[in-house]
Amino acid sequence: MLKGRDIISINELTVDEIKEIFKTADKMLEVLKEGGSDVLKGFVMATAFFEPSTRTRLSFQTAMVRLGGNYIDLAEISRSSLAKGENFADTIRMLDSYADVIIVRHKIEGAARFAAEIAESPVINAGDGMRHHPTQALIDLYTIRRSFGSIDDLTIGVLGDLKYGRAATSFIYGVTKFNPRKLHLISPESLRIRLEVREHLASRGIEFVEESDLEKVLPKLDVLYVTRIQKERFPDPAEYEKVKGSYKITRRVLEKAKENLIILHPLPRVEEISLDVDGTPYAKYFEQAKYGVPVRMALLKLILKG
Amino acid sequence: MNEKQQLRVRKIKEGTVIDHIPAGKALLVLKILNITGEEGVVIAVVMNVESRKLGKKDIVKIEGRFLRMEELNKISLIAPTATINIIKDFKVYSKQRVSIPEKIKGILKCSNPSCITNQDREPVESSFTIISKTPLKVKCDYCDQIMVQKDIVLQLTGI
Repeated sequence: MLKGRDIISINELTVDEIKEIFKTADKMLEVLKEGGSDVLKGFVMATAFFEPSTRTRLSFQTAMVRLGGNYIDLAEISRSSLAKGENFADTIRMLDSYADVIIVRHKIEGAARFAAEIAESPVINAGDGMRHHPTQALIDLYTIRRSFGSIDDLTIGVLGDLKYGRAATSFIYGVTKFNPRKLHLISPESLRIRLEVREHLASRGIEFVEESDLEKVLPKLDVLYVTRIQKERFPDPAEYEKVKGSYKITRRVLEKAKENLIILHPLPRVEEISLDVDGTPYAKYFEQAKYGVPVRMALLKLILKG
Repeated sequence: MNEKQQLRVRKIKEGTVIDHIPAGKALLVLKILNITGEEGVVIAVVMNVESRKLGKKDIVKIEGRFLRMEELNKISLIAPTATINIIKDFKVYSKQRVSIPEKIKGILKCSNPSCITNQDREPVESSFTIISKTPLKVKCDYCDQIMVQKDIVLQLTGI
């Protein structure tokens, strides 16, 4: 079903495909316990990150190595041909001739889709500007499924930067594949979801409410997805200064939370979640980060071998 | 067009009559076609005349000019009800309605400066999918940016 496919946006995956990725990820957790396998022996993955990344790049590389494959990594811009002025299209053509799958991150929006048009090898979008981050959304949904056994019938809050944050956007898209009870989109007025996301929610018939007061909505939530305010994407630094630190999750804030609430965060966090929350049963963000490897192993296996 | 209306403007010998333009949009149609009046050809613009279908409509007649498909597509974006009559030797040689295509390639520029289609030296053409015809709304196939009728008219005509 997924063999040879490009993964540019989570919207292009069906629920059955997402479930297949999750079942495969469950198996990958077992594979990891045994130290890995050689199911992708002989395959080469290219990672081309034109924007900084820690977790996404390293977890893709770890996933490939754990499955017996190899990777090549496009060096930092200053050390590659990009410094000599090579355009994106030519860089992708080169990587396509070397690798069986290409992982792309770029600040330019639509870059991964364009790469997929150029390359014969499948392309996986590891983030394009503020638009999509589909593999992060898969990891987020997988974490919810591991915690609750299902993604349906939950009250889900998404907090923070819903305008410029691609992880939040892809998470919202991902949730609409399932049947949430209600979606609470909590942000300062200036960081509300973008028009295309609002249209998408309406077209899927998802019940959602946009609001600003976290403490009011918190007692209703089963899942709270927290995101960082995306400083680097603000056109005006003064606007960033106005909203930074708008929300902070502390133990005190969580006093009114449901007992089984889980808190997710795509990381890195800055100040949105206080360190004293890490030790509470609500904190699932480190577990979520850990699932980056098995979920990406599942995706690479399904795309390269079926 | 009825007899009474034909009296307002004389027939053209060869060229194009764009009929059933929504009332008040004729000047935008001329702008889209880059017709300034300095071409030296006969151009007739009739605005706000009665129409059975539309209540009121505009008509544009252009002597000696036949429209390309790309131009028809552009007209469809701001005047979706328009009909195009090709006139040869004073007679209607062919008549067709414009229709908004499912995809618009190359005509519009994405309003998102960070879109891949707005980058220099990348061999990629803009491409949009129509998500609503009335009111017109399109979505960039690369970056998902939505553009609405107002943005599109502004871009195509500068008005």
